Amino acid sequence: MSFAFFPHTDEDIRLMLERIGANSLDDLYADLPNQVIYTQEYDLPSAHSEEEIRARFAQLESKNTPLTVFAGCGAYDHYAPSVIPYLLQRSEFITAYTPYQAEIAQGTLRYIFEFQSMIASITGMDCANASMYDGATAAAEAVMMALACTRKKTRVLVAETIPDAVRKVIETYAKYKGIQIGFVSHVEGNTDIAHLQQELSSGDVAALLVPCLNKYGIIEDLTGFAEVLHEKKALLMNYADPSALAVIKTPGEWGADITCGDAQTLGMPLNFGGPYVGFLACRKEWVRKLPGRIVGATHDVDGKRAFVLTLQAREQHIRREKANSNICSNQSLMALYVTIYMALMGPEGLKQVNDMCYGAAHELYDRLLQTGRFTPVFHKPFLKEFVLQTDLNIATLQDELLKVGIFGALKTEEGYVSFCATERRTPEEIDKLIQVIQKM
Amino acid sequence: MNEVIKGLYYSESHEWIKIEGNIGIIGITDHAQHALGNIVYVDMPETDDEVTKDEDFGAVESVKAASDLISPVSGVVTEVNEALQDNPGLINENAYENWIIKVELSNPEELESLLDADAYQALCNP
Amino acid sequence: MKYYDKLIFEVSRPGRTGFSLPRNPWHSHTAQLPEHLKRNTPTLLPEVSEPDVVRHYTNLSNMNFGVDTGFYPLGSCTMKYNPKINEEMAALQTFKSLHPLQPDKTTQGALELYYELNRTLSQITGMAECTLNPFAGAHGELTGLMIIRQYHLKRGDTERTKIIVPDSAHGTNPASAAVCGLQVVEVNSSTDGTIDIESLKSVLDHTVAGIMMTNPNTLGLFETHILEIAQLVHDCGGLLYYDGANMNPLLGKCRPGDMGFDVLHLNLHKTFSTPHGGGGPGSGAVGVAAHLTDYLPNPRVVKLADGTFATENNPEAAGQVSSFLGNYGVLMRAYTYILTLGKENIRMAGPLATLNANYIKESLKQHYKLPILGVCKHEFVFDGLLDNPNNLTTLDVAKRLLDYGYHAPTIYFPLLFHQSIMIEPTETESKETIDEFINIMKVIAEEARTSPETLQHAPHHTPVRRLDETTAAKTPILTFEELTNVTQ
Repeated sequence: MSFAFFPHTDEDIRLMLERIGANSLDDLYADLPNQVIYTQEYDLPSAHSEEEIRARFAQLESKNTPLTVFAGCGAYDHYAPSVIPYLLQRSEFITAYTPYQAEIAQGTLRYIFEFQSMIASITGMDCANASMYDGATAAAEAVMMALACTRKKTRVLVAETIPDAVRKVIETYAKYKGIQIGFVSHVEGNTDIAHLQQELSSGDVAALLVPCLNKYGIIEDLTGFAEVLHEKKALLMNYADPSALAVIKTPGEWGADITCGDAQTLGMPLNFGGPYVGFLACRKEWVRKLPGRIVGATHDVDGKRAFVLTLQAREQHIRREKANSNICSNQSLMALYVTIYMALMGPEGLKQVNDMCYGAAHELYDRLLQTGRFTPVFHKPFLKEFVLQTDLNIATLQDELLKVGIFGALKTEEGYVSFCATERRTPEEIDKLIQVIQKM
Repeated sequence: MNEVIKGLYYSESHEWIKIEGNIGIIGITDHAQHALGNIVYVDMPETDDEVTKDEDFGAVESVKAASDLISPVSGVVTEVNEALQDNPGLINENAYENWIIKVELSNPEELESLLDADAYQALCNP
Repeated sequence: MKYYDKLIFEVSRPGRTGFSLPRNPWHSHTAQLPEHLKRNTPTLLPEVSEPDVVRHYTNLSNMNFGVDTGFYPLGSCTMKYNPKINEEMAALQTFKSLHPLQPDKTTQGALELYYELNRTLSQITGMAECTLNPFAGAHGELTGLMIIRQYHLKRGDTERTKIIVPDSAHGTNPASAAVCGLQVVEVNSSTDGTIDIESLKSVLDHTVAGIMMTNPNTLGLFETHILEIAQLVHDCGGLLYYDGANMNPLLGKCRPGDMGFDVLHLNLHKTFSTPHGGGGPGSGAVGVAAHLTDYLPNPRVVKLADGTFATENNPEAAGQVSSFLGNYGVLMRAYTYILTLGKENIRMAGPLATLNANYIKESLKQHYKLPILGVCKHEFVFDGLLDNPNNLTTLDVAKRLLDYGYHAPTIYFPLLFHQSIMIEPTETESKETIDEFINIMKVIAEEARTSPETLQHAPHHTPVRRLDETTAAKTPILTFEELTNVTQ
């Protein structure tokens, strides 16, 4: 029997067993209790050749319907530059492990350093880690981090305007870790500072996590938030869309201590939900409570500039149950993705992307209102995503749109209808969407 | 190597405490700093924080190790050694001169359970 | 590999761009935003052309070492070959363009793949059902422990707050337990490195939520008392958690479900050949026995009576650990690998990995200290050099290996020995590759006796040499801005 990924010939196996002093491969498992050896045939597909695999995937592909995306809610349809997947496929990047042997991992270490630098700059924070799994888990880690930063506090506040999936993941982590979570309500789609002050009066609050761009698509006005939180020795934490931060006020400018979020908006394909890449950034004074991998600059014995995983004494492999987080890995290759994206786009490219998102979303918003079937919910500034009220049945609306290849009109938990338009949407596509509604 | 000073109290987790009136001055021993190697960071409490005997009040980190700081006594922190924030390596230079926190003792009887210099020496070199 | 010193910021020139956007057809733009909601500080992003970017990152890649570059015997990391057909499938455009919240009827192919991978992984491990949502091994551990806690809570048993972890476990196990709100109780290893049954018995009581085990353990030894351990833990009301980091040698040979494990996680980036990507994205699929399927996290993919697939949320679930269905692109690669292996070739994966490990161990035990004799599984541990008159360390050996074009093994883990060198070759390495590695390990052992300074100052031929890690940790420089400030 031969198989493309197993180089062993029968003669190799014979010689190797001889060196070991075993008679057969089964001998190597002689220590296992008989009851645990699996002797039945696996209920698995038979081995597929490459052509058979392509055929199988073609079959699966035929059951997927790619759509024109007018939806957001945590996954955004942005332009993906062709250069990036090409560079990500370089085997020196994709087939490497975590850069523990720094002497032969300067490639990985350098792009992570660049990623940290870019995330810090775009969020207005002092530093960032090497990336997290996704935005929701980054937010859950931020909640745990806030408690580690403010030792004697026991409760973390979360804005009600945080995206639903992020809230659910935070609640799950909090339930098992035993963290009390409080929610801060909103007024007209903007987190309510009066409610925040009320919650702060108990003195047990470690931090508030509030989105910069919230689940209704609104750019939150956080004037005064940092001041009231800091006065009570609590932290301001932002959940942010890093693409949008190229134009909207940054967590740094709001006075935030910690910023987390998902960097999928930095040109990553929708990928049916993953892999994306989370990030976690903070002011320098909290860096030793920052979970995950961190790369720092140093030099080698010859004085050459070099980069290395640093501050490792925080991490699970050293602290074990005393570590603030159990995270070991990052989404390294996806961090490389968004690093290359930010390099290609630069400040000007990101500004243009945001201008086009803003233009498309506002065109869509105005045209939807003009159909007479929608009314505004909030009167607040938005960027690329918004919610409306409608007299249409939302499920029917979604189905009608699907018939012309459009995905949009998501129903929110509150019963609003949510739309999103990025720089990828064209005037023709918006015309098509509006025509469907006009016929309803 | 592994200097031990007479007149101080020691804990089995390698902290020392020197008593001046009702104030206890706490640091880690020479043995502990040798075991850790180059110290890169000391995580310290704040003034007015309470510490409890046998519970951790911070940590000492080297490049690839970390050790919790276990308080040998209960009390309230009256001062932390700010110099260690900028230069944690001072502990490597002299573990007894470079204390970490000062504590106002709430229960001086707790000192009785600690080791004296000879007993600590014996613990380190059995 | 050659040294290349630039950072992307140092290639930047004002006015250059590397993007390609269409003409902006819209009237409104972000300048219309209220002033107090606008960014007022510059973004310190580079300004570079597309060729600049391609050359820069290509140069960076030249300072890296991957599985495609050479032998990567990193213990407990299962650095097996990453098949290229996996990449071809993961790049398919109709999958990449799917929005995760699209209606199920428009994503039937994607859901079918998730469901099928779930089913095949369950079959391979002997579990009832899996979730593929966790993003990594540690995330899988946390999810699995949440399921265990939810199981006890749903039974109204709130006292089970302790988790038993052997002293030889990966550091992640106790860290995951702590994040899950569990108190860690360590049990000792016997002299042969396996769990000490008496030590285990002494901690079993009504407060035990379960035990986390790696089997084979971190020394590469199969826990031969596993059935007895399972009986003991189950009798006291606890559950058994299987850390799948070391699943590779059991591939095609035995199934954790048949050993009595209730919950497990698999590292698809280890056992199922998806690339490590320099540290991720991975996937930490979690499988459970039949009595725990209700507690799998949301969202879940189910097969309906009419043969179609749907996503659903179960109110009994332990919660939600990801926004969507995990690192889906990684799942596509693992599914491709399982199709390639098929039920025929999977039989050989574990045994050949075990053969390779034992062959290295037996070939080098005259040169390196082998603390535990006997047959290992996919990996084993040496405790430093056997004949070491110059007191050289495991670090010296590891760094010297880099000079000879190998990645170093895992070093200083497990903590049971002071000079641990943990070697895992995997099944995709040929006898010739392994023979060359064995030969180099012997050369290094000889150098350790005859020219110790060669090892102490190694590596000599890498893009950079040993780094000053103390300075890096004392005064962390974590961004280009900080680096610029320090240099000035």
